[in-house]
Amino acid sequence: MSAPLSVDVQNVSRQFVTKKGQTFWALRDASLQVQEGELFGLLGPNGAGKTTLIKILSTLLLPTSGQARVAGFDVVREADKVRRVINMVSGGEHSGYGILTVRESLWLFSQFHGLPSKAALARIDELLEVVGLAQHAHTRINKLSTGMRQKMNFVRGFLNDPRVLFLDEPTLGLDVETSRILRSYVKRWVKEKPGRTILLTTHYMAEADELCDRLAIIEGGRILACDTPANLKRTMQDEVVLRMEVYPSLAEPQRLAQLPGVLRLVPDRGQNGHQVLTWGLADDGVIGTVIQALQQDGVRILRLEKADPTLEDVFMRMVGRRLTDGNGQSNHSA
Amino acid sequence: MAVETNAAPAPAGHSPAVTWRDRWQTFRLSAWLGWQVESNWADPLLFAVYSMAKPIASALILVIMYRIIANETAEALFPGMYVGNALFMYVGALMFGVSWVIMEEREYFQILKYIYLSTASMYWYLAGRAVAKFLITTLAVVILLAFGAAFLDLPLRLSQVDWGLFATVFPLGILTMIGLGYLLAGVLLISARHGSGYVESVAGALYLLCGVVFPLDVLPGWLAAAGKVIPVTYWLEGLRRALLGQSFAQALAGYSDGQIVLWLAISTVVTLGVSVWFFGRMDHVARSRGLIDQVTEH
Repeated sequence: MSAPLSVDVQNVSRQFVTKKGQTFWALRDASLQVQEGELFGLLGPNGAGKTTLIKILSTLLLPTSGQARVAGFDVVREADKVRRVINMVSGGEHSGYGILTVRESLWLFSQFHGLPSKAALARIDELLEVVGLAQHAHTRINKLSTGMRQKMNFVRGFLNDPRVLFLDEPTLGLDVETSRILRSYVKRWVKEKPGRTILLTTHYMAEADELCDRLAIIEGGRILACDTPANLKRTMQDEVVLRMEVYPSLAEPQRLAQLPGVLRLVPDRGQNGHQVLTWGLADDGVIGTVIQALQQDGVRILRLEKADPTLEDVFMRMVGRRLTDGNGQSNHSA
Repeated sequence: MAVETNAAPAPAGHSPAVTWRDRWQTFRLSAWLGWQVESNWADPLLFAVYSMAKPIASALILVIMYRIIANETAEALFPGMYVGNALFMYVGALMFGVSWVIMEEREYFQILKYIYLSTASMYWYLAGRAVAKFLITTLAVVILLAFGAAFLDLPLRLSQVDWGLFATVFPLGILTMIGLGYLLAGVLLISARHGSGYVESVAGALYLLCGVVFPLDVLPGWLAAAGKVIPVTYWLEGLRRALLGQSFAQALAGYSDGQIVLWLAISTVVTLGVSVWFFGRMDHVARSRGLIDQVTEH
């Protein structure tokens, strides 16, 4: 018997009107189900609709159409009940009462969630220790760096031990070590707490791959695929992924993308003026054709590897571009 | 709600109920937070000096203007004017105290959405945040009334105050102002620009219509009629009677104390009912437009 559903989204759409009166769909006919105990990811670039879906599920935003239930409650009609069993962490925010200390602020929210004061303080201290913020427990929030505020907000999300936790880009802007600590805690929390569910949005491939039991790839407000990371990568087995570092850069990469047997070619800037080319090829036989074409163009191959497909490759195949194209952020930073 | 545990949570479809204890807890915490915010800007001595100097200075400006233009008839109205002006400080402070939380929490602290996501009742939270302003205003009003009695011949004697009437009328008015605060909070939920303008406009309109510094009788008939449906008018009239033993406006002189209390009670209940409903509607509109966590930096 499958576990009960923690999140059930049925054909949810959300339309926005811009100040100029133009309408656009942030979410279109999105449907997904997340089982109790799952760590589920929404993977997509900025503007894909991830945060819109999280806002709808956390009752901050009403859908234009469709239905969604969280922990069995309708997010529109039973918003109050939903709020009592959820919590949320949003990355890249500067939220907080600057006049309060970290501990005071967290205590305040623990009380708004109805926790006994003494137990709440013990839990706050424990969580501050986990995220490495214990030495700043009595620092005023307006004295904290962005990363420290992010850690504090992370702790706030876990205070009430929610049944469903929404993590919206929780490691956005954090350094590698802090991100690793938070990811490790997230994994441990959902494993050790029976019945808890996490819905995580991210545009960091590695984060999604490392954390999620299942994930949905979302782009342009539509859910394009939903499966385990392994199964999603398995869909790439019918093609060969080739990565190479070349110098000088290709003048006309799109011309080589037209070669027979080349399914995709994604050029990327490498270090020291080098260029990194990721090829999606129909089979091994195309590798020779590619190398020959590069030599004819006077391009030297500095490094070449036949790579296992990544979620980035899955995304590129589905969407036709890199996950981070257009938002200027690296998917390797976390 | 239980604290962190490794036990499984209640099954789907079950959510802990919010009790009156939870609501009181929200109010109490919110009041504590409001005090932290209000008293943060200065050291206690400076804060106390400011709290005393500001209302006295404002009142003296009015008193001097009044004394310059007043004739004998107007002079008789001075106690009512002075008391009305002092008590009106509550109206601005509480309306602002309740409603401005929306702007402050959403735009400045960027924390409003997390209050929404907690079990805190927004109504109790907003009311709690105004407690600090209520206390500071009370201090200012007491100082102002004492100053009037000591130096401006204000006929206010504690032994002659009708404390029963005062104790009945005063809290009803406070509830009215909290209700008006909810109304404005609802407006602020769906707006960003001109937020403070809305609050000041409403306070200005009430200052004109409720007979604060001049009796309703001097207003054109339709404005006086408008003033007579606003609970603040009856609140001020009731408190003037309680504190000074005299009515301020001929338009209300025919009302007994009981009628004043009755009208105040009815209009307070209506104001609270309408404001709670209105805030709920605006909350729905804000959620439908995605405004609960908007940051416009206005």
